[in-house]
Amino acid sequence: MTNTWQDIKNANVVLVMGGNAAEAHPCGFKWVIEAKIENKAKLVVVDPRFTRTASVADVYAPIRPGTDIAFLSGVMRYLLENDAIQHAYVKAYTNASLIVKEGFGFEDGLFTGYNEEKRSYDKSSWDYELDEQGYAKSDDTWQHPRCVINLLKQHVARYTPELVSRICGTPQDKYLEICKIFASTAAPDKALTSLFALGWTQHSVGAQNIRAMAMVQLLLGNIGVAGGGMNALRGHSNIQGLTDVGLMSNLLPGYMTIPKDSDVTLDKYLETKQFKPLRPGQTSYWQNYRKFFVSFQKALYGDAAKAENNWAYDWLPKLDVDGYDVLRAFERMDNGQMNGYICQGFNPMQAFPDRGKIRRSLSKLKYLVVIDPLDTETANFWQDYGPQNPSKPAEIQTEVFQLPTTCFAEEEGSLVNSARWLQWHWKAADAPGEAKPDLWIMAGLYHRLKSMYAKDGGAFPAPILNLSWSYADPAEPQPAELAREMNGRALVDIKDDTGAVVLKAGQQLDGFAQLRDDGTTMSGCWIFAGSWTEKGNQMARRDASDPRDAGIAPNWAWAWPANRRILYNRASADLDGKAWNPHKPVIQWNGSKWVGFDVPDYGPTVKPQDGVGPFIMNQEGQGRLFARGLMVEGPFPEHYEPFESPAENVLHPKVKSNPAARVFPNDRKAMGTAQDFPYVGTTYRLTEHFHYWTKHALINAILQPEEFVEIGEALAKEKGIEQGGWVKVSSKRGQVICKAFVTKRIKPLMVDGKPTHVIGCPIHWGFTGVARKGYGANTLTPFVGDANTNTPEFKAFLLNIEKTSAPPAVDVAQGPRDAQGVPKSLTKVGSL
Amino acid sequence: MADLQSQDYIRRSATNLTPPSVRHHELEVAKLIDVSRCIGCKACQSACMEWNNLRPEMEEFHGAYENPHDLNPGTWTLMRFAEYEDEQGNLEWLIRKDGCMHCEDPGCLKACPAPGAIVQYANGIVDFISENCIGCGYCVKGCPFNIPRISAQDHKSYKCTLCSDRVGVGLEPACVKTCPTGAIMFGSKDDMKDWAGERIAELKERGFQNAGLYDPPEVGGTHVMYVLHHADKPSLYSGLPDKPHISALVGAWKGFLKPLALAGLAFAAVSTFVHSIVSGPNETTEEDEEAARREMSGPEMSGRGNSEGKGKS
Repeated sequence: MTNTWQDIKNANVVLVMGGNAAEAHPCGFKWVIEAKIENKAKLVVVDPRFTRTASVADVYAPIRPGTDIAFLSGVMRYLLENDAIQHAYVKAYTNASLIVKEGFGFEDGLFTGYNEEKRSYDKSSWDYELDEQGYAKSDDTWQHPRCVINLLKQHVARYTPELVSRICGTPQDKYLEICKIFASTAAPDKALTSLFALGWTQHSVGAQNIRAMAMVQLLLGNIGVAGGGMNALRGHSNIQGLTDVGLMSNLLPGYMTIPKDSDVTLDKYLETKQFKPLRPGQTSYWQNYRKFFVSFQKALYGDAAKAENNWAYDWLPKLDVDGYDVLRAFERMDNGQMNGYICQGFNPMQAFPDRGKIRRSLSKLKYLVVIDPLDTETANFWQDYGPQNPSKPAEIQTEVFQLPTTCFAEEEGSLVNSARWLQWHWKAADAPGEAKPDLWIMAGLYHRLKSMYAKDGGAFPAPILNLSWSYADPAEPQPAELAREMNGRALVDIKDDTGAVVLKAGQQLDGFAQLRDDGTTMSGCWIFAGSWTEKGNQMARRDASDPRDAGIAPNWAWAWPANRRILYNRASADLDGKAWNPHKPVIQWNGSKWVGFDVPDYGPTVKPQDGVGPFIMNQEGQGRLFARGLMVEGPFPEHYEPFESPAENVLHPKVKSNPAARVFPNDRKAMGTAQDFPYVGTTYRLTEHFHYWTKHALINAILQPEEFVEIGEALAKEKGIEQGGWVKVSSKRGQVICKAFVTKRIKPLMVDGKPTHVIGCPIHWGFTGVARKGYGANTLTPFVGDANTNTPEFKAFLLNIEKTSAPPAVDVAQGPRDAQGVPKSLTKVGSL
Repeated sequence: MADLQSQDYIRRSATNLTPPSVRHHELEVAKLIDVSRCIGCKACQSACMEWNNLRPEMEEFHGAYENPHDLNPGTWTLMRFAEYEDEQGNLEWLIRKDGCMHCEDPGCLKACPAPGAIVQYANGIVDFISENCIGCGYCVKGCPFNIPRISAQDHKSYKCTLCSDRVGVGLEPACVKTCPTGAIMFGSKDDMKDWAGERIAELKERGFQNAGLYDPPEVGGTHVMYVLHHADKPSLYSGLPDKPHISALVGAWKGFLKPLALAGLAFAAVSTFVHSIVSGPNETTEEDEEAARREMSGPEMSGRGNSEGKGKS
């Protein structure tokens, strides 16, 4: 989230599109209700289904899964055509005026520079025209045909209301009603907040879905202001923390990136990171990248990271591909290129697409280590559970190790919420049985690996042998020790410009501004600097007071970066530093400094007239309507159909789906066509369950006991399906036999003149846990991801559905057995 | 817990009770359920199970979001979901938390023939006192909202207590505490009516011209009230009665039939006495006793024996 949960109450319009906040985030949703009641906000919901969020909405519109870019591009067209943009904001705070290079173009669904063979672009033309000093040229009069705003107008001109309706299936009147509500927030004192989640990310165009909305928000002047923003509602407790500390195959902590194999030296690597300003006088904060990076290396390798060895740069892994995301990992496993798998805290059998491929791939491993608090489907993939998991144990050689861990309530530590708050929590109970903290397990692995490298050598022992490991108990580092390390500390006395000592050697840093690139500071995650200072654990603060009722409680926990609650908050004020919305100021210029409810996301004494842009991480200092080369499929979002889609791409039939998305050959063969699978499938969560965990909890199982799909009345009638009756739902990849819920809440959509039916597939059931056994919706989903992030396309694919009878019941006597040959279901009887 | 000793009862089933005269300052409470703020998340249902240690049977999916599919002895509150399309074809998903309404004039209490099995406290809560319940089911017939359920196991009647145990020590009911959107509020009945007034005004501003409070006078008002967007048509909300009324049978039973019933009871007692004088006490044969023993130790016992046997093998 750019803003916070409480800040939602400041919105005039709440848009829930690409998510289902009431069901997936019921606690946070209280702030939407608050906005409605206290701020008379309108709630707009755009979703393929009439959800529980829609049940409390003022306006609901249906949309075909996978067509959000068409909808939002249409909104941009509407705003530009009707001059419903916040002019002063757009002119000063976005790159609308900057001039794009000659040679940039878009034709028949492709931007300039496409290489069909590589399915990627040469992006050199996707950039600004530069002057002699290397600054982007600009035309504040917006007369230049290649200034960004004119290129954008040209790009979205095709998305007329007729075309949007034809692609999305959204009735035109509803669509235009929503455009009008969007437009109402172009007023400087009005704000729209965008709440989204996996409904936007889990598409082959996921990142561009979000960019399209961010562009709408920039045009409306809704970024950085109270009640505005782009607010990604995170789906797991601490998935935000996961990305913050870089637990992705291509990331280092704090959104630094793992070097590529072409970055042969540290200097070469840093050349691509330390972005120089593209407009005069801009902050371009990534210029400090070297400080963050060297401090990280000091945290990783301690004294072994030295100037002489380039801060141990050579010990870092170098990527030979864009990333080893989960799709690539399982593709490699399936091809026999990955023989062992350590699976910590997630459940691929349930959570990844094309379960048949996942099961097949796991079956080819030599060993699988599952580190989890629960008895997951992944750990049991090899067992024969009947139709819900038809494995043949005798044919599977994979050795499976299950290491039970503590869960969040059985350990202390911090969790980062959607609003970027690091909230410390305390252990509530001891873990049952032999469960151990993940830290104990990881430390054990580390020590064994290290002693093996020390004893036997090996190809490249240095990165392991030199790791810094200074914990009180080396066998079990404590969360508090790691938290202090992530914050970082001074390694020598740190002096300011006058020579006065600011920090003594060994003291915790106050913030990332103190980081140095000469090896005198260390910090495991620069954006967390400030979370555990000499004043103590800032994450454990619990002062909920919200001065002046602004939706900001600055002394509750700690938010990265620098305890800032609203990102880009300089943009909440006009060019003179006065709040656009005088009733809801965030920070304002008082003549000598920036003051307000929040920590300024800006130099605290930088004068408004200095013209420093509010988007300080960007080289232009401005929000980007034109993304330059930062996205793989283009600087503007474009509508591409999902990889499995019932419709042609009416904009450019030859380029139907995302031209830059990676598809492995076997997975392409496993894609179905509308002829065999005529209906649009989409997967989602229900409020009664949390992913695949709560089917292990009896109360949740009582509240939603059994797998089902949701279909509209028209489709049910056409296929003779009864309410609650058994159906067989199939894709090219597999089938699910479950109950049908026939509902008025899913209606056929008129797509390109044809009625299109949507089948909704909740994801929660599997073959472990106390709820009734299910096949798992990801038996059906396609193995393709977003072109930028490779987040799988779970939200739009093709299905067929037929009436059927109940699947054969599993005969327990034939079911899974333990090592002694006793049926597993019986060894679990509580009385033993 | 309130009881006769604590002088909290104002009514007690099948008992002529004079409410204590000095404790007249009890505040009447009410739970206000604002369906326009409710997102149907079932947190209230889960909190009810947690607080009251209820774990109803896990059922199957039966073509609805209601799980379990109806109120039962272990499900004292239930989210009900109604898909409603108006004349213009606009869809609404009307979600209502169902459970005991705690009527001011409780039909269950009126119908109950067991002394002290149903009581009403001075704060308005209607509570079932299991030790006095005879499982006759008259409360089910007497309830205008179809709420009480009789357990097949212990033949007692069960329903929402409005967390009388929590309210008795100054806490709000568990469902109120857990509701994430503030759709369930709790306080004095007067305060809840005031708050409802504000909510209704806001709903009218949003175009719900028929928004209103559900506090049906037919049962003297209720201590669980709803804010409805369509107060003119309560039955849209999964059959909430438009005009709830206590069955005429209850009135008859407690009214003109009461002397007749009492006469019947007296006749039965006299006949029994005469029968024992004339024929001697009833006797059972050994076969009868054996059959009774078999029934008592029936399938439940043997089932447990089986599973233990298998587990150990």
